[in-house]
Amino acid sequence: MVEILAPVLGPDLAPPVAGIIKALVLVAFVALSAIFFIWLERKVAGRIQDRLGPTRVGGKFGWLQTIADGIKLLVKEDIIPATADQFLFRAGPYIAFCASFLGFLALPFGNGVVAQNLNIAVFFVLAVLSVEVFGVILAGYGSGSKWSLFGGMREAAQVVSYEVPMAICVLVPVLVVGTMNLNRIGQMQAGWFFSWNVFRDPFLFAAFWTYFTCATASCKRAPFDLAEAESELVAGFHTEYSGLRWSFFFMAEYASMFAVSGIATLLFLGGWHTGLVPTDLTQLFGSIAGNVLNVAVFIVKCWLLVFVMMWVRWTLPRLRIDQVMQTCLKYLLPISCVLLLGASLWQLLMPVFVLNYLRYVIGGAVACGWLALLIRLVTGKPPAGEALSLGPALGRPGYELAKR
Amino acid sequence: MTLAASLFWLVAGVTAASAIGVVVTQHIVRAAVWLLFSLAGTAGIFFLLGADFVAATQVFVYVGGTLVLVVFGVMLTAQGPFVSMKTSAVEWAVATVVGLLLFGVLVVCVMGEPAFQQAQPLKADQNSSTVLGKAFLGVVEATAEAPLTGVADRAEPGARTRVAYLLPFEIVSVHLLVVLVGAAYLARAKRRRMAA
Repeated sequence: MVEILAPVLGPDLAPPVAGIIKALVLVAFVALSAIFFIWLERKVAGRIQDRLGPTRVGGKFGWLQTIADGIKLLVKEDIIPATADQFLFRAGPYIAFCASFLGFLALPFGNGVVAQNLNIAVFFVLAVLSVEVFGVILAGYGSGSKWSLFGGMREAAQVVSYEVPMAICVLVPVLVVGTMNLNRIGQMQAGWFFSWNVFRDPFLFAAFWTYFTCATASCKRAPFDLAEAESELVAGFHTEYSGLRWSFFFMAEYASMFAVSGIATLLFLGGWHTGLVPTDLTQLFGSIAGNVLNVAVFIVKCWLLVFVMMWVRWTLPRLRIDQVMQTCLKYLLPISCVLLLGASLWQLLMPVFVLNYLRYVIGGAVACGWLALLIRLVTGKPPAGEALSLGPALGRPGYELAKR
Repeated sequence: MTLAASLFWLVAGVTAASAIGVVVTQHIVRAAVWLLFSLAGTAGIFFLLGADFVAATQVFVYVGGTLVLVVFGVMLTAQGPFVSMKTSAVEWAVATVVGLLLFGVLVVCVMGEPAFQQAQPLKADQNSSTVLGKAFLGVVEATAEAPLTGVADRAEPGARTRVAYLLPFEIVSVHLLVVLVGAAYLARAKRRRMAA
């Protein structure tokens, strides 16, 4: 970016202008993806609950539903409760949003397509994402309401606890590849999908799932969203917020969902590589088209992970708060420690033959599993020995009654 | 003024102003917010110096960890809805004297360092974590970062120095772990006695 601008603007002006452009592009991306995710969330929720979701605004699929919601939020009255601490109440949403946004600065969207190619990108992203909880605490405390305070406390306890196993799970691939530079980690996974880190050894494979669980929890998503449970705490820490301030919290939530999915993609799932061609796409389609494709692949992968988070949210019931903490401290934390230890011992003790070829076994098995699922999905053949998905409901005693 | 210099003054100004905010405000959670800005500004200065690892650690440990704990403690122990601190004139006077003395010591020490007397160009090569990691094992690769990382620069590039920092680092971390376990044990014991 700086190299392109330098001849036009001179060496003094080029770096700041390039920086501002990068920041604006990222802000626009974060805001637009939040709009898309909110629409997607409603559609996914609708479909999973056997509804249609938004259908009216802006044509067949309700494309403009989020825009309509946004306008509604903009014109809503901005209320600050009389008991609230004005300064903290105002600062909360901005701190939360800034923290989520900062993570994007070091997140490479393609080979070298990154605002700031940090040597310690993984560490930086985890560090700034951990600040988001401060905005939540301030919002909960500054609102001057019991519900908000309870919500904020629970949320903070949950997020702070889940950061520990999440960071340890991130350490596992970092330890194996030997760098914290996300761009470098992405480059190392070029080629067929066998070379993705997730297939590299069994511990990395397990670390991916553990990481994803912790990431879901640290984004305060269901089934770990008791702190925001509408039925118990009204809405947790943002009970007293309305209008634009409230929407900042949602932008922060969706931004950090994308950020943690981005880290998962880069660390485990091959980054911007499709896994279906043996080289980087820039070598096939040239620099510009290749980079655009790389960015598109990366974003699609992240969207798929975000989609999985939504899928889980609308499928699983909520955990109780003690169960949430128990899951973290009694299960995920020991699991992640074992994975870290196991991955390092694996690197030390396994013969080179196993280290080199195991990835084909794991990758092949997973690919076969996906293929089988896909075939079943396309042909619509029910699994052997089970009835159709409607089967259990048909057999239930209440069903016949309900039909009448 | 160059870009780096103007950014430095901007970040340093914000850091200093927030630090004053921490002292002046009587509201304890607001003080924590000012401290947040101050610590984040310090991290920004580290970034400007090219010490990315130290900066990210600053954010991780102080902003994401310590500060959250402070606010947590306040929220758990507070009696009323918003806690505020009243400081007497004597406390102000003592704090001012101690603060000024510390500031004086720091100024004298820093100005006595020859590296600070002539302006040096900033060298940001973003390799601070690698340098630090190798220094822990006693390998010094580059000499330019020596003032930033505190690694002795007398050795030749790639040579092992006499001092490896890994053992002291491990001793400190085990010490911290012992303190944490001890704190947890004390907290547990107290609760059990209250229940009995």
